[in-house]
Amino acid sequence: MTLTPSPVPSDPSSADPSPADSLSADLRIDSDQAAQQSAWSQARYVISENGVTFGAFLLFFMFVLFALFGSAIAPYDPLASNAAQSLSPPTAAHWFGTDDLGRDVLSRVIVATRLDLGIATIAVIISFFLGSILGTCAGYFGGIADKLISRLVDTIMAFPLFILAMGLVAALGNTVENIIYATAVINLPLYTRVVRSEVLIRRDAGYIEAARLVGNGPLRIMATHLFPNVLPVMMVHISLNMGWAILNAAGLSFIGLGVRPPTPEWGIMVAEGATYIISGEWWLAIFPGIVLMLAVFCFNLLGDGLRDLIDPRMRT
Amino acid sequence: MSRTSTPTLIFRRILAALPSIVGVIIITFVLTRALPGDPAAYFAGPAASQEAIEQIRETLGLNRSLLAQFFIYIGELFRGDLGMSLTTGQSVLSDLLARLPASLELTLAGLFFSLVLALPLGVLAATRPGSWIDHSVRLIATAGVSLPTFFTGLLLIYLFYFRLGVAPAPLGRLSLLYTNPPAVTGLFLIDSLLAADFGTFWAALSQLMLPAITLGLFALAPLARVTRAAMLGVLSSDFIRTAKASGLSRRTILFGYAFRNALLPIVTTLGVVFSFLLGANVLVEKVFAWPGIGSYAVSALVASDYAAVQGFVLTMALLYVVLNLLIDLLYAVIDPRAGVES
Repeated sequence: MTLTPSPVPSDPSSADPSPADSLSADLRIDSDQAAQQSAWSQARYVISENGVTFGAFLLFFMFVLFALFGSAIAPYDPLASNAAQSLSPPTAAHWFGTDDLGRDVLSRVIVATRLDLGIATIAVIISFFLGSILGTCAGYFGGIADKLISRLVDTIMAFPLFILAMGLVAALGNTVENIIYATAVINLPLYTRVVRSEVLIRRDAGYIEAARLVGNGPLRIMATHLFPNVLPVMMVHISLNMGWAILNAAGLSFIGLGVRPPTPEWGIMVAEGATYIISGEWWLAIFPGIVLMLAVFCFNLLGDGLRDLIDPRMRT
Repeated sequence: MSRTSTPTLIFRRILAALPSIVGVIIITFVLTRALPGDPAAYFAGPAASQEAIEQIRETLGLNRSLLAQFFIYIGELFRGDLGMSLTTGQSVLSDLLARLPASLELTLAGLFFSLVLALPLGVLAATRPGSWIDHSVRLIATAGVSLPTFFTGLLLIYLFYFRLGVAPAPLGRLSLLYTNPPAVTGLFLIDSLLAADFGTFWAALSQLMLPAITLGLFALAPLARVTRAAMLGVLSSDFIRTAKASGLSRRTILFGYAFRNALLPIVTTLGVVFSFLLGANVLVEKVFAWPGIGSYAVSALVASDYAAVQGFVLTMALLYVVLNLLIDLLYAVIDPRAGVES
């Protein structure tokens, strides 16, 4: 997460990047064969140097598999209750134990992946899409467009974000779609701000001037010249943001918003298991919690790895 | 270059916070009025009669234009009228005021815990970049931000209450054996000390420990990361090299020169940290049955008690604006350059 704001030049003359900046910008922008090959070898180097990132990749693939084929992988029906087997601790038959209705916790955790990742993915796509448009317009046009968009973003940022999400879901109605919209709204400022400052840096670069001189309209310049160059930096933010979106969605359902029981979802499973933890039935809440944590952890580590790959200077 | 006096500066910062406050009020207003369907029905609750709904429509001015409604809303806010809570049957404002100290105490304790842990970790990592300490601090920080607060809380309860039995039952601010200390600040730790009641202080502290640690772990990551980055930046600057060349001791260089300069970005990050803390507060309060405004909002949400939820969102947003203002002022106090106009 970039906590320090990127340098935003106030006038074009100061927009000249430092030598180091333009060097790495060239590295980023070059897209010919050689650069691609060096990117691959760099990726290999980063992975071999950084076993943690590789581990995160493996975890990521596992979660994607669970999300796509969850119900086929799960050993039991996640909704089938079995009174004879209720509250059984982890056994060979039920690795993660069973809950108060005798449902298999492992199966519920696996099947829940699709819902949890789905909510976060759609929310991130929406805020990425909207934020990119808003941020590019604000950075490219400046003036009133910039003022209006920045004001909107500042107003969203004036709220503690999770609490704004709660308020939104309470106002829009307690449904899964509204959890998605609320998560998208609270992530909007991040994308708008990052895209805006990245566009500002490049707005007066030579190749943009050239594109303008050749007669390209603003829309074309923004879409085909500016935005593709902002994309690599955005990938880092998307990855870090996915983890946060998952946490956020699970947090909302933990307090009883959005997803309804008996639908398997990590946040709800932890909430349902919470009442049993004081009497010692730990597996109900701990296993879904660990899986939720692993999912968030995996996206955060991936983001860190991507950052080292794309822009080592951003590392903090 | 002319130096502005501190009172002018403070006044200017307060003025700069006004647009955020206006924005917050507009958004909360839109949230209350943009409810799909009939807002009067929402505010009256699911079991309300037709007459009750009509009466609420009248008092909220819902039959008038949106602009007129907005001014009625502002007028109510100035009179401190946030509506009535359906669940408690009392005014939302008095409910929130009664519960706010509990939330503040928890949030501040969480912040304290994470500062005490994050600052040394960040400094340690920055003085030995690339070492195993650096890597493990990075890993701990990433793990901390990946932990869902509600899960950390439950895990701590399981370990320290159920397994080890060292923590008290996770049921509120004070065990039933103790009476609340006489209210001065509303913060039990301070009030019990003021009353010189150390038994109550200890009891309140032991109740506060686990929820505060849960909150603090979540805020640890951004603080530790920024401390490390800021210290790294400062340590590679010219004046530190000069200080080293002059033969100053390592301790003087680290804490007298480097850390004081690194404080500035750390203070700036506190804004983000408070956004995290206030949000996570809601979850932690629910887990630990903490009688703050977060758990109040959660039960209001479940009961579709809209006036209470909106009052809560507004209170939290205003609190956050005020905290950001305080951070700004703190920044101006720490950094003399912030008062210099170019």
